[in-house]
Amino acid sequence: MDESGLGQIDALDESVPPASLWREAGRKLVRRPSFIVAAVMILIVVAVTCFPGLFASGDPNSGCFLASRFGGPSAGHPLGFDQQGCDIYTRIIHGARPSVLVGALTMLTVLLLGGTVGALAGWRGGWLDAILSRLGDIFYAIPTVLAALVFLNSQKDRSGVVMVVLVIAAFAWPQMARITRGAVLAVKNADFVTAARALGVSNRRILVSHVLPNAAAPMIVTATVSLGTYIVLEATLSFLGLGLPLTMHSWGSQISAAQGLIRTHPEQLLWPSAALALTVLAFIMLGDAVRDALDPKARR
Amino acid sequence: MGWYIGKRVLQMVPVFIGATLLVYAMVFLVPGDPIQAMFGERAVNPNVAAQIRQQYHLDQPFINQYLIWLGGIFQGDFGTSFSGRPVIDEIAQVYPTTVRLALMALVLEAVLGVVLGAVAGLRRGRWFDSTALVLSLLLIAVPTFVMGFLLQAVVGVKLKWLPVTVGADVSLRSLLMPAFVLASVSIAYVLRLTRTSVAENAQADFVRTARAKGLGAGQVVRRHILRNSLIPVVTFLGVDLGALMGGAIVTEGIFNIPGVGNKLFQAIIRGQGPTVVSLVTILVLVFMLTSLIVDLLYAALDPRIRLV
Repeated sequence: MDESGLGQIDALDESVPPASLWREAGRKLVRRPSFIVAAVMILIVVAVTCFPGLFASGDPNSGCFLASRFGGPSAGHPLGFDQQGCDIYTRIIHGARPSVLVGALTMLTVLLLGGTVGALAGWRGGWLDAILSRLGDIFYAIPTVLAALVFLNSQKDRSGVVMVVLVIAAFAWPQMARITRGAVLAVKNADFVTAARALGVSNRRILVSHVLPNAAAPMIVTATVSLGTYIVLEATLSFLGLGLPLTMHSWGSQISAAQGLIRTHPEQLLWPSAALALTVLAFIMLGDAVRDALDPKARR
Repeated sequence: MGWYIGKRVLQMVPVFIGATLLVYAMVFLVPGDPIQAMFGERAVNPNVAAQIRQQYHLDQPFINQYLIWLGGIFQGDFGTSFSGRPVIDEIAQVYPTTVRLALMALVLEAVLGVVLGAVAGLRRGRWFDSTALVLSLLLIAVPTFVMGFLLQAVVGVKLKWLPVTVGADVSLRSLLMPAFVLASVSIAYVLRLTRTSVAENAQADFVRTARAKGLGAGQVVRRHILRNSLIPVVTFLGVDLGALMGGAIVTEGIFNIPGVGNKLFQAIIRGQGPTVVSLVTILVLVFMLTSLIVDLLYAALDPRIRLV
């Protein structure tokens, strides 16, 4: 229990308007070391995603010579060569794009789909809420990896970023819908919404300028926390051979290619695994920091 | 309470039908000929193909196929696999292993998660708490298959403490490493959940009262803080049992465990539709039932829930 006394209340400067939730959150964020670390890591990953050519010269497919198979590190090849004599460093750099792309696009799709369904269910209520909630339960009851495997196995010729994003989003949206529905329900009956309605503000206007801004914080927290999970999902699917096509050199398929070498060349597994784990770690840390900053209950 | 149970069970019916219909459609409503897949590269006699089609009701419209299958499920008949065995036999063969693996994972996450989380929550802000938080971040960030390879390489190949793969020997010892890998992400969640909950309850008025009336520190932690903190943790563990069984597909593959996940993955890859739908259906059922039990327990513990 905080028993800070009246001193703190007296110290408040009443001439300044209170900072908004967002400004307050921003101030809290930049003060957290874990956020700074995560932000720097994510900036690097995003830079690598957008401009892989800046970090590794050469194409991941050219410059593979069987003679350099399992070759150790040498000048210009800091991580050595893989089973087919390709430069490991170049492959790792080019593996960032599919992972980050799938993660970000899935997050946006889930925000859009889950957000819309959740807002509709919470706002309208009644039978529409019942139907949409049950629909969410149906997709929630089937484990995402299983559903994605079954579906992607039947679409092997058409697999690609869009397909993987759509299938993950199709089974991941119910969580976002539940969060949004809860947030909208909480705001719907707030006094300021009743006041706005009494003033004759239109339904659409209330939804856009009162309900959504208040529901945005939990939605953003859920979205950032899940981003890392989506990257793991893509890697898992590619690892199992049913995710992105092998020509995209996703980290998941690189790990899958190296898994048979665990007894003889374990370092082959290490590099793509480390790249994947560090990227996911950065996004999970970002999600953590954002939650702590936006959630008034998470006082530290 | 009776009204709440009835409502909750009735809600499960459309969800079960919807989920199975969705899985059934993903397996049987897609392009590709399962009969040709059964024969691989060899030519299929059209007469034989027609007979097999009839045997598996593949000649009927999709919705009839589904209804015949669903009718069978309600009578305990899970159909016949493309290899000619009753699917229920295949399920019985692989299920015990996965249940054992999932239960071991559940015990690991309950013990490790609750103990580490409770200590961290009681020492909030100190070095143990910070270490536990960093550890939980790492457990969440390292994907299951990476964790699996890491442990295989270090604990199995280098140190030779535990067997690298499981194979036919499904003893507790050989399942220990896979159970930890399967549980790793959940350990982190249980740890964080317990930590937050314990830290919150440690500052509650009733704890202050207990201390004020002179109760020993151990008694306060055990009887007042832990008991109140474990309700959300137990909820999570209950729902997670279903998720663990569904999530075993990667772990069982890496460690070569003859369980549901491995069987299911092989069936998906080889296009064995009847096996796939029935195995997924059982996983969905387990998930729905554990969620139901948790919800009912929760309603029994917290009267506010059943009144809504």
